[in-house]
Amino acid sequence: MSPGTSTSSTTTRTSPTTPPRPSAMNYSRTTATAIRVLRQLRHDPRTIALMILIPCVMLLLLRYVFDGSPRTFDSIGASLLGIFPLITMFLVTSIATLRERTSGTLERLLAMPLGKADLIAGYALAFGAVAIVQSVLATGLAVWALGLDVTGSAWLLLLVALLDALLGTALGLFVSAFASSEFQAVQFMPAVIFPQLLLCGLFTPRPNMHPVLEGISNVLPMSYAVDGMNEVLKHTDVTADFIRDALIVAACAFLVLTLGAATLRRRSV
Amino acid sequence: MSPTPPAIRAAGLTVVRGGRQVLRGLDFEVPHGQITGLLGPSGCGKSTLMRAIVGTQAKVTGTLDVLGSPAGDATLRSRIGYVTQAPSVYDDLTIRQNLDYFAAILDPGRASAERRHENVTRAIADVDLTSRADALAGNLSGGQRSRVSLAVALLGAPELLVLDEPTVGLDPVLRRDLWNLFHTIAAERGATLLVSSHVMDEAERCHRLLLMREGEILADDTPDALRLDTGSDTVETAFLHLVDEAIAAGKQKETV
Repeated sequence: MSPGTSTSSTTTRTSPTTPPRPSAMNYSRTTATAIRVLRQLRHDPRTIALMILIPCVMLLLLRYVFDGSPRTFDSIGASLLGIFPLITMFLVTSIATLRERTSGTLERLLAMPLGKADLIAGYALAFGAVAIVQSVLATGLAVWALGLDVTGSAWLLLLVALLDALLGTALGLFVSAFASSEFQAVQFMPAVIFPQLLLCGLFTPRPNMHPVLEGISNVLPMSYAVDGMNEVLKHTDVTADFIRDALIVAACAFLVLTLGAATLRRRSV
Repeated sequence: MSPTPPAIRAAGLTVVRGGRQVLRGLDFEVPHGQITGLLGPSGCGKSTLMRAIVGTQAKVTGTLDVLGSPAGDATLRSRIGYVTQAPSVYDDLTIRQNLDYFAAILDPGRASAERRHENVTRAIADVDLTSRADALAGNLSGGQRSRVSLAVALLGAPELLVLDEPTVGLDPVLRRDLWNLFHTIAAERGATLLVSSHVMDEAERCHRLLLMREGEILADDTPDALRLDTGSDTVETAFLHLVDEAIAAGKQKETV
């Protein structure tokens, strides 16, 4: 309905009684949500320490496990730089959104003029920021201190790590809809992450697997995360394969985030 | 001047939850600018009715108009304050951080930062928690947490406040203070309040009462008229009288 010939004075007079419909997404509400999630984290320094330190400690451990074969450390280390943010963000997001669902704050937020996209983007923004810190430290440690031999740019490693973190956030958000307790949410980790971990090419190159498993690994997003990391490891410039891998991971993250949005219902049964 | 339309109007309101009819064809009106008490034993459908009014309940049939729009309409979201039975606040944020966040959702943007700050400070003062504003919600007592939850609903001066058992577990002094606050909000801000309780002595503090039992409304009147009609001294005996009548009527229907 357009105001047509009505004067501006009538439209301003009617505006207080009919507030504007909340739009699907609002920049201020998204950032407010992201700040709130980060503030919650700040009151929990132990979680921050665990998120930041564990990947570094694991890489350090790995470096000396493969003390005699630095080539193995190169390939596994690079893959792990992509896998860590995915796993951490998956766990953190699934628990955080489950708590939001069970504490009643989700119901309260959805009874307010908050778009579902605001909430999801807020979470993605906050955990994305944490993932950047985590990945910068882990990548920096691996490349500068532990001598991880990367042919390509460390920035590209970081980009893939960030996309992986977003994918982890998306998967965590999605599965939290199917968990009714923290116990179940934690069990989704082995269910969703472990098969991908086994099939992503970390343990053996994917073409060496049984053809059926290779076929399955072709449709799992973590495979492309690891492939992307290995592209950076072996090539100086941005290859077409790298772009394809990065796009697939990004598209998967976006798709799962959209599915996650569908699980946030304003009206509960 | 025409009389103010009712804040809530329901006709043939039915809700099915878990395959069971929780609300059975309710017809009632909640007048504007008053405190209406929603009373009845636990499990009679009070919370479901409140969720239907704020628009978070699925499978609602019949007519339910809230502030002139159908319940659940997106434009109503900033005009209704809703407090669930269990306090819904973030335990790992301070009281002020909780309110800051919800205020930013209700009234977003940098331009309104000052107004938001005033609203937050006032809401904390309203529930008498100013001295604890920087305490983590998780470290508060149960009564204090439910007051934080109430403060969130008071943000942005909503036209309709839907409060699900807001005084459960509070000491008598706090209960009295909160009821005084409810009356101030109704009188000074012209807001409509719908307050549920299963404690009958709180009924005396309401302007009007809706008495519920097993998904049906037993009575819709002022506390005085209820006592007068049933010849009782208190609302509690009036309620028991009405329940006995309903049971007797039900038995008669079965035998016919």
